[in-house]
Amino acid sequence: MNSRVFHIATNTFREAVRDRVLYNLIGFALLMSAAAVLVGQISIQIERLVVINLGLTAVSLFGIVIAIFIGIGLVSKEIDKRTLYTVLSRPVRRWEFIAGKFFGLSGTLVVNTFFMAIGVFAALVYVSHHLIRSDIGVLVALYFIVLQFIIITALALLFSSFSTPIFSAIFAFWLFVIGSFARDLRNFAAMAHGVTRWVATGAAYLVPNFSAFNVITQVAHGEAVPHDLIVVNTIYAVVYSMAVLSAAVLIFERRNLK
Amino acid sequence: MRAIEILGLEKIYSAGFWRKRSRRALQPLNLVVQEGEIFGFLGPNGAGKTTTLKILMGLVFPTAGTARILGMELDDPAMKTQIGFLPEQPYFYDHLTARELLHYYGQLSGVDQKQLSRKVEAVLEQVKLSNSGNVQLRKFSKGMLQRVGIAQAILHDPKVVFLDEPMSGLDPMGRREVRTLIEELKARGKTVFFSTHILSDAEALCDRVGIIHQGELRGVGAVAELTAGVHGKVEIVWQGSTVPAGIRTMGTECRSAGETTRVIVPEESQDAALEALRRERLRLISVVPVRTSLEDYFVAQLGAMKTEAIPKLSKTNMGT
Repeated sequence: MNSRVFHIATNTFREAVRDRVLYNLIGFALLMSAAAVLVGQISIQIERLVVINLGLTAVSLFGIVIAIFIGIGLVSKEIDKRTLYTVLSRPVRRWEFIAGKFFGLSGTLVVNTFFMAIGVFAALVYVSHHLIRSDIGVLVALYFIVLQFIIITALALLFSSFSTPIFSAIFAFWLFVIGSFARDLRNFAAMAHGVTRWVATGAAYLVPNFSAFNVITQVAHGEAVPHDLIVVNTIYAVVYSMAVLSAAVLIFERRNLK
Repeated sequence: MRAIEILGLEKIYSAGFWRKRSRRALQPLNLVVQEGEIFGFLGPNGAGKTTTLKILMGLVFPTAGTARILGMELDDPAMKTQIGFLPEQPYFYDHLTARELLHYYGQLSGVDQKQLSRKVEAVLEQVKLSNSGNVQLRKFSKGMLQRVGIAQAILHDPKVVFLDEPMSGLDPMGRREVRTLIEELKARGKTVFFSTHILSDAEALCDRVGIIHQGELRGVGAVAELTAGVHGKVEIVWQGSTVPAGIRTMGTECRSAGETTRVIVPEESQDAALEALRRERLRLISVVPVRTSLEDYFVAQLGAMKTEAIPKLSKTNMGT
């Protein structure tokens, strides 16, 4: 990473931390503590399943909310507050700014997820008193969740580079929802005919395929995640994010900062 | 050597979603600022000053024309290490302290890490913020933010400094400090290009000024050079409180104080006014030329735009 991208990323991370973004961890910790105590009392033999399901879903939702609501302001806030003027009047290229913002928020989400992961494992140990070999699948599920965050961050940044925060939030949220049903959309496209088939196929492959990243149920039941899925998802997330970021850079490079 | 060279810069914005309308923010602008100059870019609000600065900073792209700073193109990163910029009403990352902000900007400007702390301390001292260096910017007053803005613009020791309305929002002491800072920059051989609508600041500081109105450059030159072209006024004082009919018909206001009366009339009406005093046998005390200020020139230029009565300034001296 070049030094200017690194400095912008560090500043973005510092801004998120000082704006108390990581305070969401308190809410998450309370949720996991309450869930662990409650599950321990009402569940028989399925404590692990409930805690993993609940914990990973909460990690995912907390992170998505942060990715969208901070991501949509990453560029537009800097334009509105004119902080961008003093950055771009320096030897900083516009793509470096976008890349720095992307890495900064992604870094924030990784740190956030790391602490949440500790919470999930702590709850797991609390309800079942030990960890088992198949719990390594939880780490894979967490890794996939982080990959989703990275894609969402790139999308939020793309929308932020040309739209208002409200529209950016709406676009990013709907893409997350549609992307979560991408597999169903592809199945529908396969069954459709004529123009509908073309449109549905195009949409199905254009939206991020988040359904491939959701292995929470699988992991909660102790099933192993195939190795090739890890490789495919990693490549998919990197390629998709880079394509989205390239679009964001293309738009931002041409934008007049009035 | 030319510090800033603007060649036919033009900006047309298109507005509206369905029916696009175009708005010309900047007429083709030609201007040259020499190294070591303090150049004042004057004009009322909305005249095109900030648009020009934004184009020079690479924040807005021109519709036509080009510009060079220190002989380099506007998108050249090497050029940007040599310039400093203070935007109008600056707002900075308020989660940072002044010291952290300056470190951040220093890093982005490529200041050597070993020298960065020393430079940050020096510039904080220069803008008199050493004691507030560890305070978060969200707790800063407007005047303090303006000083931080100037600090970040000069931190990396740039050769050319662009200041957009640097005195705006400052109290008299703050304005005086900014003036001193600009003078110090000039003494160190820097080129300062600043936009303002406060004419007294420009008059006190600038080697040359350019006047822009409705996106069009109306004149460029030294203050004395520009004001010499404006028809002057004279102050006439006579004994007694009688105002001759000849002066009364000129429509200018006469003020009597004690035993004397005074009136300020345009230079071309001087003879008629003196003749009127002679006819009434009133004793003349003094006839003193009133110095033409930059404000008079400015108002004359803006008035010319409205009435189209006064021809435009000759642009032959532009950029020289």
